[in-house]
Amino acid sequence: MQHRKLIGYIGSLLLALLFLCPRVSAQTDPTGEWDNRFHEDEPERIPGPEIGDYLGIPINDAARLRADTWTATLLELPENQCRPHPSDYSWRGPALLRIWKDIDPATQDVIAYHTHISWQAPEQTIWMDGRPHPPDYAPHTWQGFSTGKWEGDILAITTDHLKEGWMRRNGIPRSDRSTVSTHIMRHGNYLTVAVVIYDPAYLTEPFIRTTDFAYNPQQRMAPYPCEAVNEGGRPEGVVPAHLPGTNSFLTEFPANFGIPPEAARGGAETMYPEYIAKMKNMKTLPRPNGKHSDR
Amino acid sequence: MTRTMPQTRNAKLRGVTGALLVILSVAIAYAQPGYPQGNSDRGSSAAAQTNAPQAASPSEVHVMHVQGKVYVIVGAGGNITAQVGDDGVLLVDSGLVSMSDKVVAAVRSITDKPIRYIINTHIHPDHVGGNEAISQQGSTIAGGNVVGDIGASASQGATIVAFQSILDRMSAQDGKDKAPQKAWPTDTYDGPEKKLFFNGEAIEVIHEPFAHTDGDSIVFFRRSDVVSTGDILTLAGYPIIDVERGGTIQGIIHGLNRLVYQITIPAEKQEGGTMVIPGHGRICDQADVVYYQEMVIIIRDRIQAMIDKGMTVDEVKEAKPTRDYDPLYASKGFWNPDKFVATIYQNLKDQHEKDQHPKAQQ
Repeated sequence: MQHRKLIGYIGSLLLALLFLCPRVSAQTDPTGEWDNRFHEDEPERIPGPEIGDYLGIPINDAARLRADTWTATLLELPENQCRPHPSDYSWRGPALLRIWKDIDPATQDVIAYHTHISWQAPEQTIWMDGRPHPPDYAPHTWQGFSTGKWEGDILAITTDHLKEGWMRRNGIPRSDRSTVSTHIMRHGNYLTVAVVIYDPAYLTEPFIRTTDFAYNPQQRMAPYPCEAVNEGGRPEGVVPAHLPGTNSFLTEFPANFGIPPEAARGGAETMYPEYIAKMKNMKTLPRPNGKHSDR
Repeated sequence: MTRTMPQTRNAKLRGVTGALLVILSVAIAYAQPGYPQGNSDRGSSAAAQTNAPQAASPSEVHVMHVQGKVYVIVGAGGNITAQVGDDGVLLVDSGLVSMSDKVVAAVRSITDKPIRYIINTHIHPDHVGGNEAISQQGSTIAGGNVVGDIGASASQGATIVAFQSILDRMSAQDGKDKAPQKAWPTDTYDGPEKKLFFNGEAIEVIHEPFAHTDGDSIVFFRRSDVVSTGDILTLAGYPIIDVERGGTIQGIIHGLNRLVYQITIPAEKQEGGTMVIPGHGRICDQADVVYYQEMVIIIRDRIQAMIDKGMTVDEVKEAKPTRDYDPLYASKGFWNPDKFVATIYQNLKDQHEKDQHPKAQQ
């Protein structure tokens, strides 16, 4: 009998605890100052991706042609100089990160999280109050319109109303039709941001990429003003671009790195581990200096 | 009579009830929307899809405030811009004829002030269809000698402003664009620009020659910092070049260049600042116009390069010079990529001919 009594008391105690304790474990606070970890995907993020490197991105032929005909000279145009990275890419850049939250003083509920990233200082708002997304005729922005919800201790964010952006800084486009699903996960002093891009215009499958940050409470960020200037004296109305089939730089990446040109063209198949075995049977281009780059 | 439960049974029940409550509570807690249910990636994907914005039904008219005194009315054909203030309402375009009542209702949802002006950006029926019905719901500001000479009818109906060629086409007895007299523009201009001051702000009506048609106007609200472009900018597809009514690819590009280099000024981070209402599609700012301008120029340059190589129009179409932009702009209707490409091809050939033999064209 004593044993049964004990079970009853423990049960009641556990029940009381469930209602009394806030569900802190379900919502791991991501706010604070976060420093980027550039050893992760460093070649792509610091020197920048190679022209013609589309590996591991599930692009379609249309995206491939846009990247093939793209030239970085486009960024020289005054109207393009002050573009920030869109919210799906900004984690990848020179991204000192700050996250903070707005609290409703009456209910103490989180109304929104905000992110601020150092390069070009873009700020994203993630609404947590259940508001609907705007209609399709509303303006699109670089950071888009985001709503969030907690899935366990993962902050799951849905973003739409994005301006056109880029998946890799070598001309691979991400269209303004895209919807982005972002998951922010905190593991103690580390933060992982997983971004999943759904682009009906330029992707054949969702594109998934993660970026990590380390907690750095001493971090301070400088302002990032930007004023466009006419750098090249280019006449108005001239848009730098390669004509289809004329970009001679496209072969440099596969030649320098010993990668089959077919693989460098990317596509969904190149995302999966099985593709490595297939690559072994593909031809590579001659090495320009006798050896492939050891980068 | 009170029935007392045996103590042992009571204790047993308490124990079982407690345990059940614990299990139930845990189950309820895990059933909260915040907890992952199965595959979290799949869940996110589904959420992304359900949160994606839904296209407005063509029969529904919606109003959205853009900036300053300017609103946009969508769903009535082409986008309609409404500038609203103490002086009344100025509309840029009037939508499809069948949507006139809904457009007026949309205006009434913003203000009860009278409709004073309708400015037509061009002659197509999805932009001028409501001229007659909507203008008749409005009134022109008139008084003094005008009313004295003409009578009270001087103020009847809103003023319809347009480039001269629109009136010429609408009033031509045997023209394809013949329209009822009450739909005709009542105040035309034939120079580069017409200036108005209404609702406390300067308004520039700028003619863009030989662009979408030969009668295009861009309307710039200077204090609100909003520009209404007509179909020189249509995010819903490739720009339509109405060759039959004087449209050219070079005119479209000239108009887009004007929007980028002369009219729009972005705010911080190449965003906001001057807001742009296109003829069709969502509200834009300069960055959106730049993407569109770059697309049109890139495609024009590709086709020009193919012409320079001596390719025929069929060979150019076969080469599909628009294929990287087709997922964004291709239409399956009459203005499909082949039609767009063939029109640019012919425009460029005609322009080349004019440049080579200028006197023969006179």
